[in-house]
Amino acid sequence: MLEIKNLHVKLEEEEKQILKGVDLTVEAGKVHAIMGPNGSGKSTLSYVLSGRDGYEVTEGSATLEGEDLLEMEPEERAAAGIFLAFQYPVEIPGVGNMTFLRTAVNAQRKARGEDELSAADFLKEVRAKAKSLKIDADMLKRPVNVGFSGGEKKRNEILQMAMLEPKMCILDETDSGLDVDAMKLVAEGVNALRDEGRGFLVITHYQRLLDHIKPDVVHIMADGRIVKTGGPELALEVENNGYADILAEVN
Amino acid sequence: MALPEVKQTATEARLATLTMPDAGCTRAAREDALARVLEMGLPGRRDEYWKYTRPDTLISAEQPHAALFHSDEPLLFGNLDRLKIVFIDGVFSAEESDDLELEGVNIDRIEDICCKDIHWAKELYGVLEARGQSPVQRPLAALNTAFAADGVAIHVTGKPAKPISLIYRHASETSDAMLHHIIRVESGAEVTILENGPAASRFNKCIEIDIADGGTLHHVRAQGRDHERCAATHMFTRLGQESVYKSFTLTVNGVLTRNEQVIELTGDDAIAHVAGACVGDGDFHHDDTVFVTHDAVNCESRQVFKKVLRNGATGVFQGKILVKEGAQKTDGYQISQSLLLDDDSQFLAKPELEIYADDVACSHGSTSGAIDDTALFYLRSRGVSVKDATNMLTLAFLAEAVDEIEDEVLSEAIVNRLEGWLSRHI
Ligand SMILES: Nc1ncnc2c1ncn2[C@@H]1O[C@H](COP(=O)(O)OP(=O)(O)OP(=O)(O)O)[C@@H](O)[C@H]1O
Ligand SMILES: [Mg+2]
Repeated sequence: MLEIKNLHVKLEEEEKQILKGVDLTVEAGKVHAIMGPNGSGKSTLSYVLSGRDGYEVTEGSATLEGEDLLEMEPEERAAAGIFLAFQYPVEIPGVGNMTFLRTAVNAQRKARGEDELSAADFLKEVRAKAKSLKIDADMLKRPVNVGFSGGEKKRNEILQMAMLEPKMCILDETDSGLDVDAMKLVAEGVNALRDEGRGFLVITHYQRLLDHIKPDVVHIMADGRIVKTGGPELALEVENNGYADILAEVN
Repeated sequence: MALPEVKQTATEARLATLTMPDAGCTRAAREDALARVLEMGLPGRRDEYWKYTRPDTLISAEQPHAALFHSDEPLLFGNLDRLKIVFIDGVFSAEESDDLELEGVNIDRIEDICCKDIHWAKELYGVLEARGQSPVQRPLAALNTAFAADGVAIHVTGKPAKPISLIYRHASETSDAMLHHIIRVESGAEVTILENGPAASRFNKCIEIDIADGGTLHHVRAQGRDHERCAATHMFTRLGQESVYKSFTLTVNGVLTRNEQVIELTGDDAIAHVAGACVGDGDFHHDDTVFVTHDAVNCESRQVFKKVLRNGATGVFQGKILVKEGAQKTDGYQISQSLLLDDDSQFLAKPELEIYADDVACSHGSTSGAIDDTALFYLRSRGVSVKDATNMLTLAFLAEAVDEIEDEVLSEAIVNRLEGWLSRHI
């Protein structure tokens, strides 16, 4: 599904290399987790995949179902099936959450040549999905993420994901800032979307999230590369011993 | 004191093109206003109050010229039940207007207030304008009082069931129009006044509004889209105790617009909100000049002005809150912001506070910025196109001003207009 080969990325404005040859393949139906020390390039990878400005790919490739992602505009990537749940969801004063969601859903449907969702159908779907994430009607009416608590913002990201039904879901530290109950809700939201045709890339620092969302594969990223790949036990090792041993071993 | 020669010459040249209407009982007010014009002279480039806006075309003795603009957009407020009063190039059209009959309000043309002996009108014409000449001079308003050829006197005694809609059509490419309206809202009465249309090639308009204790006036205005038209407008509003004045203006294009609001809160617990949203392109120049005087206890004033500027357009905001001695518990708020869609456009702001009371809460802020890249990326990452995302963020920027309109039907009509502009321009 998602294939990243030898991806090198530097900042556009500075001579700073952040990704130094990332190789990673996420198969449809699988959940891959990425762990790694602060500043190792995890968020950068997620931004580059979703098309944020400010980065320059100097080498390598990234494709979704064989299509070159790096050539596409962010909205084209979204329509192709990429979704990023942001580490820091953005507040947008003046734009209603509901309006935003509906515009996004219909823009993607239109881009794929599908009919727009009627207002009534949309409303029904949003309400049901919001309810299961314990997002109340008031939050749907408010401006996007404005005045939301940290946990509410993260749940709002998962609501968007549920509405957009992307093929490739990238979750950047969606667990940070969540209380224990909210983490369960979010994990349930993610598990509800697990499907043979859908891939997940879950960036996290903690084993806790992975208790709820069982990964198939765990990668360790350090200094702009994937330095180790293994099964769920790798996450436990990190939880218990930190990164020192793993980093020593690969160096 | 003698005027500078340039100003003297320009003023004389302009006056030579004008004839004072022979309007019975307003004659004295008009003569007084003319005397004020002669004393002040018309605005010039060196005047501090005109530092950011060149008054040249607004005062020139030459005949103005502005091409007519034909739009295929549906008429603004078209489906709304309202009492229509139509002016074509600044001249009342009985044919196009509705009957001026509506329960709770009396409407007359200014030229009829004398023969009908309408006392309140005779006592208001030119009065608030004259009061508004200090501490800052507004010669174009005095010029209007002296020479306005038409206008209506609206006396609100109850709560009319529908808005009164002043419609200003532009029909001649060389029209040079002056309108002067006066409005008196009696105690406990409430009215909505709408204004829309480009009016004329050059338009000078003045409204004097006197709101008695407990009266309420809502005002929603949309200035017409004709690109080459220029306009100078003044609204002088005096508020009595517990009265309410809420005014919103949308300006979409027009090469030069100067909108002045002069507001005096003279009764305790009064509320005045003025807001404006403007979107402009190219040689568009838009100036909001507001002067709010708090002269009573526990009054609230709010100024919310938002400008979207593109392709070298210019936006100006001069806003002042004056809190007089004794005007305790004043709550004054002022914000002016611009969204610059490119590097060529500019926003010039001069916010001012002058406070002579100690127990007041006043705040003001002014900012200028571009579209927020992070927000833009966030929207695009969800599949929204750059164009739609930019439009959403632009409307969101204007929302704080548009939200000042209380009536949802009216605010929707305004949002539609803005969406129209965005779809044509971004
Ligand atoms: N726009 C930028 N300007 C300057 N430095 C940047 C920029 N973007 C990323 N970096 C740098 O690149 C490195 C990788 O950052 P990134 O955010 O991808 O790390 P991360 O692995 O997500 O870390 P964390 O676990 O703390 O979220 C860091 O050193 C960061 O400071
Ligand atoms: Mg990160």
